[in-house]
Amino acid sequence: MSHFRIADDAHQPKTFAFTPEFQEKANKEIAKYPAGRQQSAVMALLDLAQRQHGWVTRAAVAHIADLLGMAEIRVWEVVSFYTMYRTTPGGRINVHVCTTTPCWLRGSDAVTAACKSKLGIGFGEATEDGQFALHEVECLGACVNAPILQIDDDYYEDVDGPKTEAILDAFMRGETPTPGPQVDRQTSAPVGGATTLHSVGGDD
Amino acid sequence: MLRDEDRIFTNLYGRHDWRLAGARKRGDWDNTAAIIKLGRDEIVNRMKASGLRGRGGAGFPTGLKWSFMPKDTGGRPSYLVVNADEGEPGTCKDRDIMRHDPHKLVEGCLIAGSAIGATAAYIYIRGEFYNEARHLQIAIDEAYDAGLLGKNAANSGFDFDVYVHRGAGAYLCGEETALIESLEGKKGQPRLKPPFPAGAGLYGCPSTVNNVESIAVAPTILRRGAEWFAGLGRENNTGTKLFCISGHVERPCNVEEEMGIPLRELIEKHAGGVRGGWDNLLAVIPGGSSTPVLPKNICDDILMDFDSLRGVGSGLGTAAVIVMDKSTDIIKAFARLAHFYRHESCGQCTPCREGFGWVERVMDRMVIGNARVEEIDMLFEVTKEIEGHTICAHGDGGSWPIQGLIRHFRPVMEARIAAYHAKAAA
Ligand code: FES
Repeated sequence: MSHFRIADDAHQPKTFAFTPEFQEKANKEIAKYPAGRQQSAVMALLDLAQRQHGWVTRAAVAHIADLLGMAEIRVWEVVSFYTMYRTTPGGRINVHVCTTTPCWLRGSDAVTAACKSKLGIGFGEATEDGQFALHEVECLGACVNAPILQIDDDYYEDVDGPKTEAILDAFMRGETPTPGPQVDRQTSAPVGGATTLHSVGGDD
Repeated sequence: MLRDEDRIFTNLYGRHDWRLAGARKRGDWDNTAAIIKLGRDEIVNRMKASGLRGRGGAGFPTGLKWSFMPKDTGGRPSYLVVNADEGEPGTCKDRDIMRHDPHKLVEGCLIAGSAIGATAAYIYIRGEFYNEARHLQIAIDEAYDAGLLGKNAANSGFDFDVYVHRGAGAYLCGEETALIESLEGKKGQPRLKPPFPAGAGLYGCPSTVNNVESIAVAPTILRRGAEWFAGLGRENNTGTKLFCISGHVERPCNVEEEMGIPLRELIEKHAGGVRGGWDNLLAVIPGGSSTPVLPKNICDDILMDFDSLRGVGSGLGTAAVIVMDKSTDIIKAFARLAHFYRHESCGQCTPCREGFGWVERVMDRMVIGNARVEEIDMLFEVTKEIEGHTICAHGDGGSWPIQGLIRHFRPVMEARIAAYHAKAAA
């Protein structure tokens, strides 16, 4: 179970509404489920609210509860259970370091150290200017490319301390470096080239 | 070594076009209607004959699972639910299927759906797989546009829909009933069984929950024949399997190999061998973090399949091979896993919620040796109390790694304790 904290009232906007663009996405999500089962869309709508506003506010929870005909507490149960919903303003760019055993075996300690020194914050904290927040996460499901640094929706793979610093530097300059393996390899194939699939696979 | 012609995931690394045109070139969606028109009994029989066992960890025969779906549902719809909540530490195979071969999964959904009488499939993908979910959605949209899904899907006379449902960060939703709860818009806490999902699953309707890989291999099995798949590997352990090789190897990778390949051959042929050579091997976790660790002497000649690994007190699990060389602080490696299982407990059952907190705290002391030797036995006993006493298998999955550590590396733990006390006395 994870630690859960809601931003205090001073930080909570009074209202929330989806923009037309996000409302259309929300409608599409609701339409995936049978009539009367619109509660199934709660996770998707929370994600959309977070993408629109940057984090999940009290007003967003109330609005989503209303849209889906749920009691507010049922929405809060969902918000507090899953780790990807952020309930405080935090940072605009979210940096996640996977430190589970397969990443640890490949050097996630150095990635953690690089993030902490570069950003000057610890896990669960945000930089003063609100640009970055740093999170420790469990296995991201990409262990053959360990260690993994996840920044917002993208995985930076096969990183180490110096590579992590360079990636964060780029973000600080407002750039978005190319995600994926940061060493010379194709996705999950071994470095140096695949040991299989030389004779099949269709035309390139 | 498995021949390339016998590999199912021919775009495993994404070297080729993953979209519909590329998938068709690789043989996907080729006369899918003919497979569906075999009828649900024949499809189930062929899947049974192939010997395919579920690829999500438990290894339950897929055809048999499909056969549990009722034909008379009393007017309720039936559902296929695909478990794409990949998160067992070490495991990253479904990710490759979804980003590089998504049409195998989408076609598999249609075929499996027809075989269990479902009206729709929901693919529950972990929230962190944002880009993978995007590929999957594009593949689904392409399939609709090409008439392969929806009304009269692929001209089969069968109507079928496929939807993607993104999770939001909770390992436990990989447990099938927690996944169903989550799909219904609730917190992901497992349900008591019975009822089993085939009787009352999603929205109280008959449901089958299958792993991504199990569904994605089905079209190829049915196309090439159950005998072909059953001819690979050995009885009760048939077919090909995606292996994930991580940790202290020269070149970590995913690879599709024949079931039953020797562990050493798997590591040396595809992952460049153990860092520093085979003799530098300390231990291997053979099937994802829940499967008990194996010391080098067992690794020397163990075969990678369900029955071989069960025979040495471990399991094939998700076939995620985590390699640790002699530089590894093995106690710390498992203390980190103890943290994982505590962190991912849903909190519903006391043995798991409280037990894994205790296990983590004791393991943290074991790392520095600040413990008594009797506490090793106590640790073992506590995991035995958690195991089997929880609603879902998380209690077992978090207990087995600690038990494996104690079974094979007790002397290392004792030495750590002795060193700590010697230093304290000096
Ligand atoms: S342990 Fe980090 S991605 Fe699996």
